[in-house]
Amino acid sequence: MAKTLVFLEHHEGAIAKGSLGVLAKAATLGGEVAGVVVGAGVRELAAGAGPYGASTVWVAEDDRLAAPLPQPRVDVLASLVRDEGYDTVLFAQSVLAADVAAGLAARLDAGLNWGLVDLTADGVGKSPALSDTVYVDVGWTSGVKLALFRSGAFDATPSGGTAEVKDAPVSLEDFSTLAEMVEQAHAEQQGPSIEDADVIVAGGRGLGEPEKFSLAEELAQALGGAVAATRAVVDAGWYPYSAQVGQTGKTVSPKLYVALGISGAIQHKVGMQSSNVIVAINKDPNAPIFEFADLGVVGDLHTIVPKLTELVRARRS
Amino acid sequence: MKIAVCVKAVPDAASGRRIDPATNRLDRSGELTISDWDSYPVEEALKLKEAAGEGEVVVVSMGPERALDALRKALAMGADRAVLVTDASLEGADLLGTAKALAGALEQESPDLVLFGQQSADGGGACLWAAVAERLHRPVVSQVSELIVEGSSISGKRQTEYGYDTIRAPLPAVVAVADSINTPRYPSLKGIMGAKKKPQETRSAGDVGGAEVAGTTVVALNPPPARGEAQKIDDDGTAAEKILEFLAEKRLV
Repeated sequence: MAKTLVFLEHHEGAIAKGSLGVLAKAATLGGEVAGVVVGAGVRELAAGAGPYGASTVWVAEDDRLAAPLPQPRVDVLASLVRDEGYDTVLFAQSVLAADVAAGLAARLDAGLNWGLVDLTADGVGKSPALSDTVYVDVGWTSGVKLALFRSGAFDATPSGGTAEVKDAPVSLEDFSTLAEMVEQAHAEQQGPSIEDADVIVAGGRGLGEPEKFSLAEELAQALGGAVAATRAVVDAGWYPYSAQVGQTGKTVSPKLYVALGISGAIQHKVGMQSSNVIVAINKDPNAPIFEFADLGVVGDLHTIVPKLTELVRARRS
Repeated sequence: MKIAVCVKAVPDAASGRRIDPATNRLDRSGELTISDWDSYPVEEALKLKEAAGEGEVVVVSMGPERALDALRKALAMGADRAVLVTDASLEGADLLGTAKALAGALEQESPDLVLFGQQSADGGGACLWAAVAERLHRPVVSQVSELIVEGSSISGKRQTEYGYDTIRAPLPAVVAVADSINTPRYPSLKGIMGAKKKPQETRSAGDVGGAEVAGTTVVALNPPPARGEAQKIDDDGTAAEKILEFLAEKRLV
């Protein structure tokens, strides 16, 4: 029987929704499913993974694990795989998770497939490749299988259940603790992050000026979503890099992606085209985004968006 | 200071990238070019060398023998020499095989600092550095948008989902740089002319410790799923209502 371990990333006292989504997916594939939470002061987070399908949640508590650095996490996960016999380790994409997964792959000689949007019970992953022009079915030939899933690949749907919380052994390699966190400068976040959001409202050059990002922010707030930006406006200093979607930013697949004043150049498209539903507002009728938007509106976003925000608010109240 | 920059020769975007259905591998038969993101670590290495007033910048890659032509761009920018690990047994290598080959070559070079770009232009896993650092038993810092060398350690500013982290690590270290770190220089004519004469050496899999068995496999290639019927409307003053209606229909509000 398959034994699956899911890396549960956390930030500011909550398990990332992306990790819970992967856990919920793992629970549908059968076999034994466990999660692992690594950090300092994270014990109370562990039980929260039970409803999403973990029958066991391992807690690795140690001051040396407080900073979100990858290498000590490789040590913790490698011990669990070896001692407890997990044959599959799953991760939701993030800067940290990618480094942990690749380090673990090299440690265990375990195959790693990345960028997956799905996984079947018989071990076939779906991997959109080459700017999503081809969907590759990938498999594993190694004893231990590792996978990184694209942001928003799965819903974090609780199915009930409780987890047994257990202590994971913490034994760190010398080289794993050489890197040290000096400072963390994290912007205060309102609403969900782009990785965790079901709805993303993204702004591009067509907003006209940086102040007009308030249009995107207000619509996002009304829809309960997050704000993203194109590379052009991030480069122009209108919005922070952490919000950048596209080839050099994040790849997201929310349930709804609203593109405001975004032309839909290939560099942006590759970061968002796997969104379930895409709505685009652009005044240029020839903008490439209309080729792949489910609903394209040719018009002035400066008049449409405030009205839409009001309508959404009215409907939700 | 000796800096190794790991780069990848990828099929030129202009001539199109495709997976060969006969081998289920990326078709590398056309012209190869250095991956878009690899000129940033090359630039960073050159800047560090220039600031120190001494040192060596070595470009390290794995790929077909023809990849040497692509590596020449890094030499034209100013790198001192190139090392290419090339071997029939490495064709189709996945993360494990690539990490082992590069780590083997890097061990022989024993640089003070190993740099990577933020992702490759074709595979795009954006995690190879962590596997290489694991093999080398050295610290790793990724997505670095500012890099400072302070004596025998580095300090890197890492971009994450939540903001910026400043991470310090002793040398030798492995660092992957983001494309916001610098603006790569264009090779000068003199640089281009001189690149061919710079040392370019190939090593076999055996030279760097043998090939690794792949842990992953490609099972099948499929076309992307079709999107539903697309609607395009012109705003006649009721666009906001129409969008709301559409969202309600899809149960998104």
